[in-house]
Amino acid sequence: MGSESSPKIVIVDESPIRAAILEEGLREAGFTGVVHISEMQNLLARIYALDPDVILIDLENPSRDVLEQMFQVSRAVRRPIAMFVDQSDAASIQASVDAGVSAYIVDGLKKERIKPILDLCISRFNAFAKLQDELDRAKSALEDRKVIDRAKGILMKLKGLTEDEAYVLLRSTAMREKKKIGEIAQSILTASELLK
Amino acid sequence: MTGPLRIGFIPLVDAAALIVAVDKGFAAAEGLDVTLVREVSWSNVRDKLNIGLFDAAHLLAPVAIASSLGLGHVKVPIVASFNLGLNGNAITVSPALHAAIMAEIDGDPFDPMVTALALSRVVAARRNSGTEPLTFGMTFPFSTHNYQLRFWMAAGGVDPDEDVHMVVLPPPYMVDSLASGQVDAFCVGAPWNSVAVDLGVGHILHFVSDILVRAAEKVLAVRQNWSEKNPDVLAALVRAAVRAAEFIEQPQNRAEVARILAPPERIGVDAEVIQRTLDGRLKISPDGTMRESSRYLLVGREGVARPDPVQAAWLYAQMVRWGQATISPEALGTAQAVFRPDLYDAALGRAGKLADASGAFGAFTGPPFDANDIAGHLAAFKIGRRKS
Repeated sequence: MGSESSPKIVIVDESPIRAAILEEGLREAGFTGVVHISEMQNLLARIYALDPDVILIDLENPSRDVLEQMFQVSRAVRRPIAMFVDQSDAASIQASVDAGVSAYIVDGLKKERIKPILDLCISRFNAFAKLQDELDRAKSALEDRKVIDRAKGILMKLKGLTEDEAYVLLRSTAMREKKKIGEIAQSILTASELLK
Repeated sequence: MTGPLRIGFIPLVDAAALIVAVDKGFAAAEGLDVTLVREVSWSNVRDKLNIGLFDAAHLLAPVAIASSLGLGHVKVPIVASFNLGLNGNAITVSPALHAAIMAEIDGDPFDPMVTALALSRVVAARRNSGTEPLTFGMTFPFSTHNYQLRFWMAAGGVDPDEDVHMVVLPPPYMVDSLASGQVDAFCVGAPWNSVAVDLGVGHILHFVSDILVRAAEKVLAVRQNWSEKNPDVLAALVRAAVRAAEFIEQPQNRAEVARILAPPERIGVDAEVIQRTLDGRLKISPDGTMRESSRYLLVGREGVARPDPVQAAWLYAQMVRWGQATISPEALGTAQAVFRPDLYDAALGRAGKLADASGAFGAFTGPPFDANDIAGHLAAFKIGRRKS
């Protein structure tokens, strides 16, 4: 797809990392006219100034409602704007809603040309969500380890155990109570705070 | 009895009957397993309801009608068998605009005709001095807030499409936008008006009940085809909501209701602020001036829970007045068919009884509303954008 025929795409996203991932993917696929808006103030005016062919917005962004106004205030836009999905396209909207991305396009752009953009965004959004999930899990694993270390210290001191014995006690208690070791460790910390 | 239900809502006090139905156990008592999903935009609520990610939703009544008519978006027939509330919105203005209106006021500042005329003089003065037009925030193109602001200012001679800017803002952004000067005023539901007053960045100029004594606000919406496939589930949901609304309307329960609504995963605002709006006792000025109105927000009182098709017709008439919809008997019929008192009656197992004061809007200006002659009714209003 040459740059002359590449539609101008605006990404409305407060997350700079996710926007960068989307932007990179779109550029790699040959969509060169990509602009990222991260500031939600005067969003509509910014969009009108850029006059994009396609607008992509994260469903977690409350400003999505602001975009709905584009379908009302036709006097403020040079061209009428329509949603990507029409009556027959429930599957597309379902896929984009599932991925957390919503697309709006300027009327007149062929649907075949929008499909690859939306598909790409959906896969990039999903990739970002997976990354975020892994990051969260790594973070909580780190938190757990800190809590477990402190709980072990308390058990060692109060019960005169070695570090290994303290850990075995935590683990066996967790198995018996069908809980995570981190949860048992946290309750030991809480209890020791209360008993101070 | 049934599979789990997912129901979407926007953090606003008028979701109370839905939230209390679930969190106080009325839904469980009906055999329902409901998960409430807090949403950030009306577009999300509408889309997730439309495509079946939600079984039901707390929805702006005009969005339910627009969806059934295919206005602005995909056409999906929606039905509402429970009305979550009447009124509940307010118009809040910045301290600067408040001062400007008060300087021009000639009469009772709680009389919307008096404030609308004062606003019209403020707007004219700004135009003459070459100052930027005022900007008014509202929550959605198809919203009561949009229509109430327009109804009010047009009565004073201000054309909402020509003389001021009308912008959509998500409710949680309203207060910041007023503080930063991005908007000069807004119309939004509780608790955001009170939050603006508490922060000293706004004055509540009107409760919308000053403008219309009875205005349908949010509904408990489901897809029409879902309602046909799941009549028993819908009836159970309506009964749970009715019990919740009755619970909320007992003054001795208000503190508990406010506590149920306050947590971050529900409305996420202090219980005290929420209780003010439930009690209809609001601080309207940063200087601490209070105003009380028994009509601020009605949840279940005066038979409001039973959907009133005349209210749907009035909302449709506003869509016609402002050029969002064309006028036709078919469209009027579709709009009215969104509000389903018959399903409400079936759920409660009682014969149809008209809501108290059905069809009475108590508008501060214009002739009484006549659903059978919308064209004639609208002809009485000078300003509008009717499509021919």
